[in-house]
Amino acid sequence: MLNLTSVDWLIMLLYFVFVLGIGFALKRSMKTSKDFFQAGRALPAWICGLAFISANLGAQEVIGMGASGAKYGLETAQFYGIGAIPAMIFVGIFMMPFYYGSKARSVPEFLRMRFDEKTRALNACSFAVMTVFSSGISMYAMARLIQALHVFDGLFYALGWRTEGIFTFSIVLSAVIVLAYIFLGGLTSAIYNEVLQFFLIIAGFLPLVLIGLRSIGGWNGLKASVPLQYMHEWKGVSHAATNPMGIEIIGLGMGLGFVLGSGYWCTDFLVIQTAMASRNVESARRVPLIAAVPKMLFPFLVILPGLLAIGMATPKTTTVESRGANGSIFHETTVVSPEVAEGRGLVPAKMNPVTGKAMLDASGQPLLDYDMATPNMLLHFFPTGILGLGLTALLASFMSGMAGNVTAFNTVFTYDLYQSYIHKGGSDQHYLAVGRWATVGGILLSIGTAYAAINFNNIMDTLQLVFSFVNAPLFATFLLGMFWKRATGHAAFSGLIAGTATAMLHHGLTLPIEARPGIHGGWIAVLHHYPSDMAQNFWTAIFAFSANFIVTVVVSYCTKAKPEAELVGLVHSLTPKPERSHIVWWKRPEALAVAILLGAIGLNIFFY
Amino acid sequence: MSLDLRIPMGLMFTLVGVILSAFGLATRGNAKLYAPSLGINANLWWGLVLLVFGLTMLLLGRRGQTRIEKERQLPPADGEERRGH
Repeated sequence: MLNLTSVDWLIMLLYFVFVLGIGFALKRSMKTSKDFFQAGRALPAWICGLAFISANLGAQEVIGMGASGAKYGLETAQFYGIGAIPAMIFVGIFMMPFYYGSKARSVPEFLRMRFDEKTRALNACSFAVMTVFSSGISMYAMARLIQALHVFDGLFYALGWRTEGIFTFSIVLSAVIVLAYIFLGGLTSAIYNEVLQFFLIIAGFLPLVLIGLRSIGGWNGLKASVPLQYMHEWKGVSHAATNPMGIEIIGLGMGLGFVLGSGYWCTDFLVIQTAMASRNVESARRVPLIAAVPKMLFPFLVILPGLLAIGMATPKTTTVESRGANGSIFHETTVVSPEVAEGRGLVPAKMNPVTGKAMLDASGQPLLDYDMATPNMLLHFFPTGILGLGLTALLASFMSGMAGNVTAFNTVFTYDLYQSYIHKGGSDQHYLAVGRWATVGGILLSIGTAYAAINFNNIMDTLQLVFSFVNAPLFATFLLGMFWKRATGHAAFSGLIAGTATAMLHHGLTLPIEARPGIHGGWIAVLHHYPSDMAQNFWTAIFAFSANFIVTVVVSYCTKAKPEAELVGLVHSLTPKPERSHIVWWKRPEALAVAILLGAIGLNIFFY
Repeated sequence: MSLDLRIPMGLMFTLVGVILSAFGLATRGNAKLYAPSLGINANLWWGLVLLVFGLTMLLLGRRGQTRIEKERQLPPADGEERRGH
């Protein structure tokens, strides 16, 4: 069980002190709203680059990728390869000049400049709700994990407090800390802490992977311990039946790579805000490219623990018989709880709280709680001391995930909602104050979401589904906006609505095999079956993107475009290319992009 | 920004490294403690690695900070934005 000693607590405390300390140190630099919301647009590319990927490396990534690694094997690395890397290269090379050069202070503001007010309003409102919601989910997941791992139990017993309060304690702790450092230091504080978290994750997980690999017998030992298809990224991907995730290559390529990957990396203000904080447009272009390098290598850090967890021997109740000096016989029994014994490797089974037995899937096998793969690895291999570091790394990733969402929220709220519709023409100091209060409001809303998640789990799933409908078509709007001068505001607005409607329709009419109609789809009628949830998601994304694209194009031709003079700096064909021939060829962003692509292809060949 | 991130970051990792290696050193002979990590004294070794990393960051950060201080003293050139570090 979990035995945290003072060394572990000391390390955790040290982290919290530094996180708050950075916030305090930055307070005096927060003189204008630009300092607060946009980090003064003065940060170097390497900091923004690491924050770019770190903003994405929240609870979902660290725990979720471990869970996917345990469930699907190396195929999850495809998420990085196909989904992220090309999208990051695209946004860096082709889209950043417009995001940064337009001097827009947020992604919705870019939409207003390029299209019109209603497109901005649509994006701002949906984004604000989604980002606060994500922050709340991070809070909830962190509190749940702290409960499940009994991290604070020892502390509570020592203080004489009831352990029922641990959930609230975790929520309040994370809320207060994140609120404090963002209130004080704004986006800069969030970015600095995201970079800190990046290095902490490496510090916490690299030794775990090294020790885990050693214990299982190295790479070959791992290959021998897990099902064959877990170790291959691409083999069997041409047909749904031959790969663990049940997807075929068109669905994979189009859905994951093009639409879902770009939809996130190219349009989500959560990550874009870190690139827009850089000191000039060339830096801003390099930011996603710099981020792509650790992005390629991170699979090893976060997926491997999951693979290792499932490959290890499943603990069983064992009895060791020994003889004492005077001929007496000792029986030492190590008892293993049913959820561990019925699990696989270090991944426990999901227990039915009513019957006390493991929950079974359709084929009678116990359902596994994959989310516990990575945390159990930490508990299994780390002695006290470095265990504190590992747990701090986990907590850090949850908290910086929250922080990124909160800074995105306070910017969009202050500039796109408050300044545009509630109170125009206020002083800069006024908006700075509003931003700080928006931070408080954002945190309070997140806390509310976290508590709602306890009672209304199904609503949470439904809301997340609705948000995926809103996100799926987004990329088409930006693509057309930046590269086609004929795209109009009415078209963008209708395209977004059409895309979301199509996503909903597709979801309502299809169902994954072995699922019942409801949250998994088929709530209108079941016209088609998909081999898995993932496959259905991918095809939803493809349909939504295409619908948005087609509607935007058609409506553009029927409506009047903005005069070209207003679109300079916002559209590719109307923006003069800056003089770049004086930069030596290997320093150009394009050279970096090619190097990254070659690296990514190399990695994929290696893991074929 | 007025603060080079590498200074607080380097400081934090140096402190963590010191704590872990000191603890690792103090519990050197404890086989039971290090049984989960296959007998390797993870605290000592990893503590040393983090210590080196932290010190490197501190050094780089110090250099960056002096550059920030120097830039702050120069007047901004021709309406060019005063850069962060």
